Amino acid sequence: MTTKNRLMRRLKGTMLSRVHGMITCREFEEFVLGYLDGELPAQQAKIFDWHLRICRECREYLAAYKRTIEVGKAVLGPGHEPVPEDVPEDLIKAVLNSRK
Amino acid sequence: MPDPQREKPVDSGIAIDSEELVRANIGWMLALAERLLRDRGLAEDVVQESFVKAYEGSAGFEGRSSLESWLHRITVNTALSKLRQLKRLAEQPIDENLPEFDRFDCRIELPWSRLASVEEVMESDDTRRRVYETIGELPDSYRVVLWLRDIEEYDTSEVATLLGISKSNVKVRLHRARAALKKLLEPVLRAEELQ
Repeated sequence: MTTKNRLMRRLKGTMLSRVHGMITCREFEEFVLGYLDGELPAQQAKIFDWHLRICRECREYLAAYKRTIEVGKAVLGPGHEPVPEDVPEDLIKAVLNSRK
Repeated sequence: MPDPQREKPVDSGIAIDSEELVRANIGWMLALAERLLRDRGLAEDVVQESFVKAYEGSAGFEGRSSLESWLHRITVNTALSKLRQLKRLAEQPIDENLPEFDRFDCRIELPWSRLASVEEVMESDDTRRRVYETIGELPDSYRVVLWLRDIEEYDTSEVATLLGISKSNVKVRLHRARAALKKLLEPVLRAEELQ
């Protein structure tokens, strides 16, 4: 990381932690789930949105986080279950035999 | 003498213990159990136990849900009991894949020049398989919560009850599971190999 980048991060961190109505990236992390579930009170949601506007890292992180959920649902969701073609006949017999 | 309770047709006129019903459902139940347990032998045990529970509880099936969703729920519950029995649901370390912050509490996140679309990921057998396998790499205690909430779409309270943990613990595990999965899937999501 260059000296300029380090300085910029330091300034950003100081601003986010000291200015009223702003949150740091670490604090932002704690709100992600509540934000996506629509459970944040209006004022907290506003602070979260404000952080998103000014923080490239959290904006891109959140986009990738949401895409991860979508991709997971697409790969594992209904209609994509890998149904085994070879259910062992022994298992079927065992199930049928377990009927009393 | 036949037991009239067990002979009662429960759905579409098919008796719960008919061979037809077993053959029609055993494949997806096995896949479901294997997905949860990541072990074919244990999954077979769970399927057998699930059918036994279905036979025993068939009088409790009131047709409010489809027969398939009833069997689905029995299979999930039985698989979770198995995981609990094997003590595989205790919290395990996942920290190395969680988001990182510098000493100023700023997020460390490399710039994303491109984020793959769901369609791009789904287009290739290879990327689909990698997503599937990567989810399987998550520790059980996180993977199961992610799977129940995001894939099965149980709500937080239901997951808490199923796993015997608090609602806030479900939320923490879900968020960590998603965050860790995001990190593990970065090579796919950054679309480096899709271009």
